Amino acid sequence: MKGELIVKAIENGTVIDHIKAENIFKIISIIEIQDFDTQFFIGGNLDSKKYGKKAIIKIADKFPSMDDINRIALIDSNAVINIIHDFKVVEKKKVELPETITTYFKCINPKCITNNENVETKFKVINKDGNVNLKCYYCDKITGHNNLEVKK
Amino acid sequence: MNKKSLISITDYSKEDIFKILDLAEEFQNNPKHEKLLENFVIASLFFEPSTRTRLSFESAIQKLGGKVVGFSEASNSSVAKGESLKDTILTVSNYSDLIIMRHPIEGSARYACDITSTPIINAGDGANQHPTQCLLDLYSIRKTQGTLENLNLYIVGDLKYGRTVHSLLMAMSDFNPTFNFVSPVQLRIPQEYKNFLNDKGLDFYEHDQLDENIKYADIIYVTRVQRERFSDPVEYEKVKNTYVLKNKMLENTKDNLKVLHPLPRVNEIDTDVDDNPKAYYFQQAENGVYARMALICHILGIK
Repeated sequence: MKGELIVKAIENGTVIDHIKAENIFKIISIIEIQDFDTQFFIGGNLDSKKYGKKAIIKIADKFPSMDDINRIALIDSNAVINIIHDFKVVEKKKVELPETITTYFKCINPKCITNNENVETKFKVINKDGNVNLKCYYCDKITGHNNLEVKK
Repeated sequence: MNKKSLISITDYSKEDIFKILDLAEEFQNNPKHEKLLENFVIASLFFEPSTRTRLSFESAIQKLGGKVVGFSEASNSSVAKGESLKDTILTVSNYSDLIIMRHPIEGSARYACDITSTPIINAGDGANQHPTQCLLDLYSIRKTQGTLENLNLYIVGDLKYGRTVHSLLMAMSDFNPTFNFVSPVQLRIPQEYKNFLNDKGLDFYEHDQLDENIKYADIIYVTRVQRERFSDPVEYEKVKNTYVLKNKMLENTKDNLKVLHPLPRVNEIDTDVDDNPKAYYFQQAENGVYARMALICHILGIK
């Protein structure tokens, strides 16, 4: 609770909470926050009982679709989405792993077509024993969770 | 994915594969071929050099009366001027009924297939897939054993990077095989393929040596152990002669045993094996022409 007071409260919008502090910059990239035209607030290194340090993103007057939001689960499966109306949380949901993901991540294989021509990446999401891996649609190589890199 | 393009062997069902193998057999048994491809122009785009694959495709097309356009290395095309793969494929699609492509970049054939309505045959995309090699391997196995079912396969050499090995493993997995993998520790079959076999409930064994156990084999499939796969050249020198198949080693093997190799061979099969009736690698290369004739007809819906 203390963390939310530090970052300005929003009247309406979406709050992405319980992000592990070290994941914040990757998450900012994949939700493309630079394209939002309303106010947004980012808090980093806030105290968290669960993680020690957490991060939070608040986006005013926007309610991105869960398809867009669920990309976050590839980086941080514990993130929680709060929908805010009149300063109150009206809905709370956990992010869920999508079955496929396009565009946002790089394929680990330097010889993959997506790293050599102007081709968007496309992956099947494989969740085995809690480890999230991406299988490239084009070259079949697996990009492991520890190697996930956001495509610029 | 469009039409009947062949990008990975797993794109085709068992039925598709059997249909192609049956047709290949028909072509092989009737050497006087009809001009089935007379009205077709087929593009052969080889962005990197190849001997067997390109020539056997072109031979297959010409035996059936088709016409071939294309290039045998990227330097002979607009790629040398910086043209993207997309532009090359979309242009060539206008000139041909089918595109056969080999490209050094992995996933290039899958991408090409997605951007054009002209069917694509992947003739090798880097270290990724080489499905027509797999078809001719299946054809060779079925032809020599009379079946694909319940066979004992010894696969020898570079099992880590060998794309033909991985495709063969996937394709044969539908036919209840027993796999014996023989390789240096550095070039063992990757874990993802072991998981695949475990998930399918198939038996497999790993060996460090090519030894008397091959007496149980129906097929020995040998691949090249390449020097460049070893970061330490001393390690290569230590293992390079461990995986050489010699004629003497075939003495107590099964009568139906055949030795296969996708070629080119360097020294992993001694030349004294060549005259042994169990050596089958040159016939295997010949089978590639029939398998490719059948595949082209299958894709174009001719037979």
